[in-house]
Amino acid sequence: MSRLAQRFADLKAAGRTALIPFVTAGDPNPELTVPLMHAMVANGADVIELGVPFSDPMADGPVIQRASERALEHHVSLRGVLEVVRTFRRQDPDTPVVLMGYLNPVEVMGYAAFAEQAAQAGVDGVLTVDLPPEEAEPFLAALRPHGLDPIFLLAPTTAEGRIGTICKVASGFVYYVSVKGVTGAATLDVEAVRSQVARIRSHTGLPVGVGFGIKDGPSAAAVAQVADAVIVGSALVRRIEELRDDPDTLLAQISGFVDELRRAIDGAR
Amino acid sequence: MPKTEQHMSGAELQQLPDAGGHFGPYGGRFVAETLMGPLEELRQAYERYKDDPQFIAEFEYDLKQFVGRPSPLYLAERWSAKLGGAKVYLKREDLNHTGAHKVNNTIGQALLAKRMGKSRIIAETGAGQHGVATATVAARLGLKCVVYMGAVDVERQKINVFRMRLLGAEVVPVHSGSKTLKDALNEAMRDWVSNIDDTFYIIGTVAGPHPYPAMVRDFQSVIGREAREQCLEQEGRLPDALVACVGGGSNAMGLFYPFLADEAVAMYGVEAGGEGIASGRHAARFATGRPGVLHGQRTYLMEDEDGQIIESHSVSAGLDYPGVGPEHVWLKESGRATYVYATDEEALAAFHDLTRTEGIMPALESSHALAYATKLAPTMAPDRIIIVNLSGRGDKDIHTVAALEGITV
Repeated sequence: MSRLAQRFADLKAAGRTALIPFVTAGDPNPELTVPLMHAMVANGADVIELGVPFSDPMADGPVIQRASERALEHHVSLRGVLEVVRTFRRQDPDTPVVLMGYLNPVEVMGYAAFAEQAAQAGVDGVLTVDLPPEEAEPFLAALRPHGLDPIFLLAPTTAEGRIGTICKVASGFVYYVSVKGVTGAATLDVEAVRSQVARIRSHTGLPVGVGFGIKDGPSAAAVAQVADAVIVGSALVRRIEELRDDPDTLLAQISGFVDELRRAIDGAR
Repeated sequence: MPKTEQHMSGAELQQLPDAGGHFGPYGGRFVAETLMGPLEELRQAYERYKDDPQFIAEFEYDLKQFVGRPSPLYLAERWSAKLGGAKVYLKREDLNHTGAHKVNNTIGQALLAKRMGKSRIIAETGAGQHGVATATVAARLGLKCVVYMGAVDVERQKINVFRMRLLGAEVVPVHSGSKTLKDALNEAMRDWVSNIDDTFYIIGTVAGPHPYPAMVRDFQSVIGREAREQCLEQEGRLPDALVACVGGGSNAMGLFYPFLADEAVAMYGVEAGGEGIASGRHAARFATGRPGVLHGQRTYLMEDEDGQIIESHSVSAGLDYPGVGPEHVWLKESGRATYVYATDEEALAAFHDLTRTEGIMPALESSHALAYATKLAPTMAPDRIIIVNLSGRGDKDIHTVAALEGITV
């Protein structure tokens, strides 16, 4: 069983909802990413979603765009991200790490080389935002022998027929994008999310994570009632941006925020 | 994987893309899941209307009465004599309403937007020509219009920015990334995904996710259809060579496509060589780029060794794009078309030369095609025929040209 599947199975047995915080590797600087990851785990993160910086993050709002730009200023690209994961793994052999990024850096590295190096570094899942299942088969074939879970997005605009198609090629979990928009955009509508998650569950037994639009304890708690995982990105990255010049306060604040989300999620069930 | 064998015949090339929007291994649809549904909805609407007699009649009426088509195929006699070789004809897209070929496509997409019940139009623009053409049709159809433009381009194309505002469009300067066309495209995509229900995104070139490359090509193909007929009428035969500049590549695709099956007609796409290939400051994707994925398509890109997109450079904002339409990549790999480049300096020389010799002031984009024609024509006999796509007029560029020559206008 993959590290992701194991983690979700354990959470289910314990009756808990997963908390998946997102940070961009290399933001605000490469030295802080690993300490941030450990701090998030210590305060209740079940899975870490690690952003791979890209020059043209078409699906991201301004907050995560700027995180990408900061990381690229430090020359953190795909190879640097794998280095971050390798360092993280030395102290944490258990927490699953999912990479979230765009296809082009992977294309340039080559699918086979990427899959091999990612698995060696300790990556568990890969979410490639701009790679829909229709174009994904060669990439999936490269991930399979290394046991890497391909994570796919589902959206409010996903037609009924596609949900099944996507869930068939996905493993680990599926990621429901709760709003029509970019990351960090609108506030989500919990009732709409509830019915969409139910629709997804009729197609798959995979855990359903929900992200986009979760910005604080109350919204995390609301989503925790309907989802298997609560994914928080821009709200965290915004805090990192504000405190980027003050690493000690940054680590303390992020720890506190993740702890707040954890408590809200646990209180919701 | 899509079919990758090369050397397809021209007639086979004309049948592309496949159902998934592929030209060989290029093109396709590489976008986040939220856009997959809307793109499929757009494809279906386009498939439904492109053969609809009423839609075609409305499109053709607008091209005739609003744009002023057909545009002339003009024999540049004095310039041809000066070059000393083939006869050079200019396809006068510069005479279109709004001053460039861009309007052919914006009319087509705006008519489609209206039929799809969308009340808001968005667009990206580099030089501002596509932005102006979009703002123009939006004004005419009474649609709300927002144009995204890189902050750098807003600065270097002030006149077009003001034109768009006069037409009632909101121009949004984009400050992310390199602040040029590619970033404007990113921002327009972000707007689209956030306003899917009422918004139609008019992409200005033969790039982006399926169905855009094929749809824009089809709307622009009026250029090649007219040129083919006009050449037959004026010369009694087909041309020997076609020359067009290639940024994203819509004016070139529009000219080339109707000639693809005419195997004897050579095709040259001219990229922006900027300050020269060795300088690294250029937009010659075919000279130095390699395959990658950006803006919803697999194509040739200018990128670093980590797959991060790098900034392109050209004196003409309209050619300043690190990617290129996927159909061009396939035409190159299949050997049907040849891609070359002209530097800033060569383009400027051609700009002055045509202006002085023919009394026609070309856009700096089109000047790249003219620059290549100055090399090609002398290698051909006087009874040979070249058609250069004069894709736009140069009025918008006079400030750039003046500044380069140290003149304050």
